[in-house]
Amino acid sequence: MSAMLLKISWLEPFVKIAQGDRPIEQLMLILRTMGIPMIGLITFLFVWHIGAQNINTSLGTFPGPAQVYEQSINLIADHKAERAKEVAFYERQDVRNAKKIAKNPDAEIKIRSYTGQPTFFDQIVTSLITVLAGFAFASIIAIPLGIMIGLNATLYSAINPLIQIFKPVSPLAWLPLVTMVVSAVYTSDDPLFAKSFITSLITVSLCSLWPTLLNTAVGVSSISKDLQNVSQVLRLSFLTHVTKIVIPASIPAVFTGLRLSLGIAWMVLIAAEMLAQNPGLGKFVWDEFQNGSSNSLGRIMVAVLAIGLIGFLLDRLMLMIQRKVSWDKSSALR
Amino acid sequence: MVHLDISDVSIEFPTSKGPYKALDGVNLKIKQGEFISLIGHSGCGKSTVLNIVAGLYQATRGGVVLDGKEVDEPGPERAVVFQNHSLLPWLSVYQNVELAVKQVFKGKKTKAEMKAWIEHNLELVHMTHALDKRPDEISGGMKQRVGIARALAMEPTVMLMDEPFGALDALTRAHLQDSLMEIQSDLNNTVIMITHDVDEAVLLSDRIVMMTNGPAATVGDILDIELPRPRNRIQLADDPQYNHYRHEVLSFLYEKQRKPEEHTVAKSESKPESAQLLQEPKDKEPKGKESKDKDADNKVEHKAKDLTEAA
Repeated sequence: MSAMLLKISWLEPFVKIAQGDRPIEQLMLILRTMGIPMIGLITFLFVWHIGAQNINTSLGTFPGPAQVYEQSINLIADHKAERAKEVAFYERQDVRNAKKIAKNPDAEIKIRSYTGQPTFFDQIVTSLITVLAGFAFASIIAIPLGIMIGLNATLYSAINPLIQIFKPVSPLAWLPLVTMVVSAVYTSDDPLFAKSFITSLITVSLCSLWPTLLNTAVGVSSISKDLQNVSQVLRLSFLTHVTKIVIPASIPAVFTGLRLSLGIAWMVLIAAEMLAQNPGLGKFVWDEFQNGSSNSLGRIMVAVLAIGLIGFLLDRLMLMIQRKVSWDKSSALR
Repeated sequence: MVHLDISDVSIEFPTSKGPYKALDGVNLKIKQGEFISLIGHSGCGKSTVLNIVAGLYQATRGGVVLDGKEVDEPGPERAVVFQNHSLLPWLSVYQNVELAVKQVFKGKKTKAEMKAWIEHNLELVHMTHALDKRPDEISGGMKQRVGIARALAMEPTVMLMDEPFGALDALTRAHLQDSLMEIQSDLNNTVIMITHDVDEAVLLSDRIVMMTNGPAATVGDILDIELPRPRNRIQLADDPQYNHYRHEVLSFLYEKQRKPEEHTVAKSESKPESAQLLQEPKDKEPKGKESKDKDADNKVEHKAKDLTEAA
């Protein structure tokens, strides 16, 4: 049991204290690894608390930590209430339909789906699906294109000016264009995806593909001359050269790009949802802003923290995948 | 018949100050199974000669003919052992050799035969204990062994070695030299090896090709080493013949071809130079890839002229 607990790194000193293994040193270690970040956090909460009390807005005082906590509890309660309503709705519908069939076995039964308000957590799920789809779409374009321009200097010179011009463009500038194009082109009676989803996805992709593209290109073009010579001496075919030499050699650079891209994708998505009223966390923030109740600022603050936390978790996720995939264990992964 | 014929090879690299002539009229005829060392000061174009034989560079004039076929591109029959091993860091020792074997023997050997062949070659360099290790988990000497195994596994007619032991410590180097001598006497490969080390050249070679200083470097002198094989480094240390060969090479390098001062061609500098100077890292040669097509044209023209003259 204790051997298993030892594998969880932050638990290690506690386990060692329990085992009576140099308790003083272990206490110091706990202080260093956990105490100092704690002090930072507590200081921040304190400054926030004091500062918030002194900011008065038209929607009341700026929310401090306590109000934000309160609102997060409220949001969870809202979510549960909404789910309960949904369950009740379907139960009523089932009962109604059962009665109908009991009366007349040939009766046409209608099954309607529940159309309640999406809760905070529904919006998080929507945002996550959108960001991952947009990021995946961007990667599918950026990685192969990056490999191509990394291998071919002429192609790189041709595409580089375009990259440099489109890279700094804000999502808000793309959004009206994307919206109009999507509504014009993506017309279907029974669409597989909602238009708003496609719009968000394309906007996210347009803004987030650049870091992956550039890092892949740089990674590919900086493969050592020796490895290229090996490939030439072995007369590897183009495809084998790419799969056996180019891709593994540039994996660390590709992942650097992917992590930057995912970070940008997440930021862009929130802005895009806010402006375009696409479902998601951005819309939640905007709705609360428009709503203008005394709780709104607290709820927005909850969203801000959730956005930050999710962004952090997404980055950790990429890091975990990188650790799994990359051969270069020596490169510092932080 | 000549096995490997390097005839009248010259090469120019384009630079911002106009073409730089690295080699001028290098001629060398090599017999099957011969062990040739190329020795000379840094920047004299030894690596360029090797790269031309490997097919990685194209000669501006002249060319290389291997068993009656002109060399114009790299290929596994001219396997290269690179100075810094050039193993793929994401593959294990076994997989590194496997990549070469799969490429060369695709359709010629069955899976089981390939496996046996890979293991056999790693056996030759005594590396079977580390089949599943990655290159960063083994020592520099071991990496170089795997590099040699990879080259041997291609069953090359000529093995090209670019300062294969240059980056190793003296003990490891001696060890690998002995291994190389053993393998070469078993397999009777033709070997061209670049070295900075006079002892290494005399100990291993059948002939030592001493190159003049660049620019426009060429073969200065060729020394036949007629020591009986197998050779033993300890016995040879007191051998007058061995020491005579060493003396020949040293006097070529330090008297006839004193290393010129950096960036000047003046040979008036008379400062005595120690053997350490030979150990300095080789200069980067300018890359000549861009002029490949143009050079190839020139070469064809030249070949045509040669043929008419021969007729």
